[in-house]
Amino acid sequence: MAMTGILRPGHVQLKVLDMEESLKHYCEDMGLLETDRDDQGRVYLKCWDEQDKFSVVLEPSDRSGMDHMAFKVATEQDLLRFESNVKNFGIETTRVAAGELNGCGERVRFTAPAGHTFELYAEKEQVGNGISTTNPAPWRRDLKGMEVIRFDHCLLYGDNFDENVKFFKEALEFQLTEQIVDGDLQIAAFLTCSTKAHDIAFIRSEESGKLHHASFLLGSWEEVLKAADIISMEDIPHEAGPTRHGLTRGKTIYFFDPSGNRNEVFAEDSYVYPDSPVLTWHADNVGQAIFYHSRQLVDSFMGVTS
Amino acid sequence: MFQITIDDTDEQYACSETKHVLAGMQQLGKKGIPVGCRSGGCGVCKVRVLEGEYASKKMSRDHVTAEEEAEGVVLACRIFPQSDIRLSVIGKLNKAVNR
Ligand code: FES
Ligand SMILES: [Fe+2]
Repeated sequence: MAMTGILRPGHVQLKVLDMEESLKHYCEDMGLLETDRDDQGRVYLKCWDEQDKFSVVLEPSDRSGMDHMAFKVATEQDLLRFESNVKNFGIETTRVAAGELNGCGERVRFTAPAGHTFELYAEKEQVGNGISTTNPAPWRRDLKGMEVIRFDHCLLYGDNFDENVKFFKEALEFQLTEQIVDGDLQIAAFLTCSTKAHDIAFIRSEESGKLHHASFLLGSWEEVLKAADIISMEDIPHEAGPTRHGLTRGKTIYFFDPSGNRNEVFAEDSYVYPDSPVLTWHADNVGQAIFYHSRQLVDSFMGVTS
Repeated sequence: MFQITIDDTDEQYACSETKHVLAGMQQLGKKGIPVGCRSGGCGVCKVRVLEGEYASKKMSRDHVTAEEEAEGVVLACRIFPQSDIRLSVIGKLNKAVNR
């Protein structure tokens, strides 16, 4: 088995101002499926092709933004190993009891240098993707809206940028895949724990612990266009796209959920192996790095977080 | 339809009670209030209402405290006019890339 340690982004817990509006957005419009609720009022969602019980948790709140993002590790031994890696890096960890999130095992929780809360866990209840494991069908016929396939990554804004990237590379063993540099200064870092173009990305910022977007995978450019149609049909606040990113090559569109948390749906991005070279974009090409066709930054895209 | 006046620039536009004050501005291609998430979460459209009545939806407490909200400091994307409104702009977009 080539993939060990941290396997993938397991879930993101988002703070929402209005649960009913949020469920309409994530389930009816984007196509996630509700799998559970708890006595704190949190609602658990998954994308259809995920095996685990949930990948998005909506938390009722009086503010917007990301509560935490969690990664799934392969084994309990990995959980112990990364817990000590984090501590050895000089960052405190706490343990969250199994079952605090329904169906999730014990979690190791910490705040990374850029100010975001992350968690690691080894166990989560598997509910399957709704398709038989023998003679499996290629897709489900009961899906709604954009029919997002999986929760893919988050892009986060934060301070202590260099320390944060070092932490992800050294303590969490992520690989740098692409970057934007301005002279000697790294201003964006795309990092993977797998063979994806990124499982997480960071942008250098003066603010600590901000969410730029939570992103979900689609199957094709055609599905990105269908998502754009749904965004207009449902009067969802639209920001940029459909277009292509220079970074990661992904075909993409950006919009906002009813609490102002930014979402992306995208398709057909690139991939890496452990021996792939790091791809570098220079600051004087930042427009092209982000929006490959227009080669122009969008003010709100660079300046707005939750 | 009600008249919205942006005090800082004297820009004026019409907005119906079913549209939030930021959507009304955007729809007519007017400018003056920064546009972000349009859902009460990012804070860039923060304004002070100087005159006028409005209905409001929940706004993130990261950007507007309860005290501010009580004295008319609100997010333009979360207020719906119920009379003509005069307001001044408080919010601003962060600069593009932090170097
Ligand atoms: S535009 Fe984001 S809070 Fe109004
Ligand atoms: Fe993304």
